[in-house]
Amino acid sequence: MTMADVESITVVWQLASRISDLTFEGALAGYVTALACHAVEFASRRGTSTANATVGAPADSVAAGGAVALLTREGDDPAGGADDTDDRSAAARPGWGERFGRAAVLVAGIGFTMNVLSLITRGMAAHRAPWGNMYEIVSLICAVAAGAWLVAVNRTKVRRIGLFVMFPIAVLSFVGGTVLYTPAGGLVPALQSYWLVIHVLAVAISSGMLMLSGVASAMYIVRTRHDRRRGSGADPRSVLDRLPAPDILDKVAYRTAIVAFPLFTFAVVAGALWAEAAWGRYWGWDPKETTALVTWILYAGYLHARATSGWRGRPAAWISILGFASIMFNLFVVNMVVSGLHSYAGLN
Amino acid sequence: MPPRDSIAARNDEDLLESHSARNGPRGTLARGLAMLRNVWRRLTSMRTALILLFLLALASLPGALLPQWATNRAKTAQYILDHPDWGPWLNRLGFFNVFSAPWFAAVYLLLFISLVGCLTPRSWELLRQIRTGPPATAPRNLSRLPHHATVTTTGDATAAGQQVADRLRHTGVGGWRTATRTEPDGAVVVAAEKGYLRDVGNLIFHFSLVGLLLSVAVGGMFGYEGTVLVTEGDGFCASSPIAYDDFRPGPLVNPTTMTPFCVDVDAFHAAYTPQGQATTFRADIRFQAGADLGTDTWQRRTLEVNDPLRFSGDRLYLLGHGYTPTFRISYPDGQVRDYAQPFAPEDSMFTSQGAIKVTDPPGYSQADLRKNQLAIVGIFAPTAVVRGGIMSSGFPSLLSPGVAVDVYRGDLGMASGIPQSVFAIDTAQVANGSLVKKAHANLSPGQSVTLDDGTKITFTGAKQFVSLQTSYDPAQDWALISVIFLIAGLMASLLIKRRRVWYRIRAQSTSTGPTGGLEIEVGGLARTDQAGYGREFASLVALASSKQASPAGDRPATAVKGA
Repeated sequence: MTMADVESITVVWQLASRISDLTFEGALAGYVTALACHAVEFASRRGTSTANATVGAPADSVAAGGAVALLTREGDDPAGGADDTDDRSAAARPGWGERFGRAAVLVAGIGFTMNVLSLITRGMAAHRAPWGNMYEIVSLICAVAAGAWLVAVNRTKVRRIGLFVMFPIAVLSFVGGTVLYTPAGGLVPALQSYWLVIHVLAVAISSGMLMLSGVASAMYIVRTRHDRRRGSGADPRSVLDRLPAPDILDKVAYRTAIVAFPLFTFAVVAGALWAEAAWGRYWGWDPKETTALVTWILYAGYLHARATSGWRGRPAAWISILGFASIMFNLFVVNMVVSGLHSYAGLN
Repeated sequence: MPPRDSIAARNDEDLLESHSARNGPRGTLARGLAMLRNVWRRLTSMRTALILLFLLALASLPGALLPQWATNRAKTAQYILDHPDWGPWLNRLGFFNVFSAPWFAAVYLLLFISLVGCLTPRSWELLRQIRTGPPATAPRNLSRLPHHATVTTTGDATAAGQQVADRLRHTGVGGWRTATRTEPDGAVVVAAEKGYLRDVGNLIFHFSLVGLLLSVAVGGMFGYEGTVLVTEGDGFCASSPIAYDDFRPGPLVNPTTMTPFCVDVDAFHAAYTPQGQATTFRADIRFQAGADLGTDTWQRRTLEVNDPLRFSGDRLYLLGHGYTPTFRISYPDGQVRDYAQPFAPEDSMFTSQGAIKVTDPPGYSQADLRKNQLAIVGIFAPTAVVRGGIMSSGFPSLLSPGVAVDVYRGDLGMASGIPQSVFAIDTAQVANGSLVKKAHANLSPGQSVTLDDGTKITFTGAKQFVSLQTSYDPAQDWALISVIFLIAGLMASLLIKRRRVWYRIRAQSTSTGPTGGLEIEVGGLARTDQAGYGREFASLVALASSKQASPAGDRPATAVKGA
């Protein structure tokens, strides 16, 4: 290989690294924009009436005309408490909430695509699987969570929890891109193993999916509490009425969990197999291993609780939330605060 | 709310009631037995299992949050020193040894007893269900089920029932188990169920958990780990625990049956990025075991991180590496001896700390020996950088090695029998004046320091050492097998759906007699997860309405009255 070849390859690597950083910023921008659109959707009273599905080209000019008027209106009343006249005209075309909601999903889709692109170019720049440090893992988790959300939103009517799904994704990718950011580089020998590819990928995919499950469970708690209060005569016009019905939220949480839980189990097992090859034992009660076991027990408990009378509904949802909390604890606190063998944070 | 699967949901409460109603008070023995039975039912109930499960998670937490004796002795000791109020109490209660604490064992043993107690009867029940298929009875009112439809067609009720059953048996993966019966009023009932594999998977999952626990227990009892530091050019033979610097056996290990083997470390290679981050570690070793022992036959092999050497049940790992500074000491009587001792790495640049202890300096009488022992204590740096009088390392490889050492002479205090760290001297000996600091020097290779009695200490350079570990776990293959079954069972139990469907086929008749028409009522029940049963149910209804002779897809005129 000539010197010129080496140089051109290095240029390609640097370019890939640069593209990766840019697309990651794009993904973050996409997630934040989606978050904002969902916030508008959530706060907007119009379009809450179930799926005004009269979409069509002829309505476009009307919609464009109405846009200005409505935006000023919303500006006048930022609390989102638009009055009844809005509701009457809403039936004719998709309301603003509906439009922003659709836009949010579209933008989230763009963010997801950018996120995936960022991971691919990162892998090219570092010539390895792009999940070797905290920044990359967080980026991967965000991509999986966003992907799972896009699947869920296309299959079930849960778009109205979008605000609460995009929020942790946006926060996590922001933290990833700032605090955790590490330039593309090689791996220490301890991480140079095909088990890294398998184990960390499985952990990240299951964590990303369980994030969606955890948000759905949290929203289930919020929604059922609201329903109880409303039963005792609270304000019937609360924004919380716009959350999807509890059974839909429960379904989303459960279906995501039953796919993610076997995968998480596999991730722990793959970790044990790697530990056997690297540290001489498949299980050694390292803080990371112990916390993973706690997470596993919590999700096993969630699935059992959902099938046990007296534990269904809210108790099960709380367990699912705890399970996700322990995943985040394992990702951040155990890596950065507790000292153990899993100190691959790459932050020091 | 659809009725739940009594098996999956473990509605033990109903069971409890029906049984306790039968247990009348018939003497103390009967009462005692009844109580025992009650305790057993409580223990094996889902609620108890769930509570035990959460207790297990809760009990594991201190193991993750507090330092543990088993994984980090130094940190644990420091933690107890730093927290004199509660540290000793936590220690007494086993919080620094969570995973061998009796309360932890109590939780998981109770959980597994509960598990086995619950699983065993369920296994028999499932076997019975699989053998007999679904009961040939149908709910009286099919229209009350979550899924139902009524179709009308023509033909003979018995033939239609036969046809439905045949088709069901050949539908989908694994097909349906069916049972047919004619009700007293002449209606033909076809009952069908599928998804038994879900419960089979569920049982496999739980029994694999028990298998995994047993494997872990056997491994803990009969397994061992031994670590040893070996400097390049040296070797070690593992035939007994004495060969290791640190040996951690399970309580039932018989040291005389350990696999003997010998290892020589020829060289260690490490490569680093310009920033000092390691890119590769590799040890060239020669290895012999079995019949080769005692001969000159060696197998050459490269040992790497993540790539252990596996032989007859044992595994040999490269865990870490560091530096072994070498010194030459010229004694006042003219004798010259070489010394080498691994120093413990303190940071990522391999600033290392250690001590060379000379317990038997030559040229002294037995009586004077204890007054003239030597210790070279201090810092070794592969790339020495001295800042503010403190030496540290600027790069992890051997570019410009240096040592910053104190030289002590006197009694090292080894005779007391208290084990000492190989990396440090007993500071109590310094404090009580038995061991006296004679010199301090920062040395480069070839440089030396001379003591008042003429002893000349020359820093001659450094070699690398590797930290090797032997691991033995006789049950680890069983753990792997358990865990493979565990995942397979888990996936089956979560992803396979258990479904039931009933067909009630009645000949239509008016007051004048049979019309030749058939009314087929179909009812469906998802015994576990409702997801996707709607669409599947539609095809089950279609299966009843299509006529025998007609090919699939060409449906006769039938009226479907759905829910």
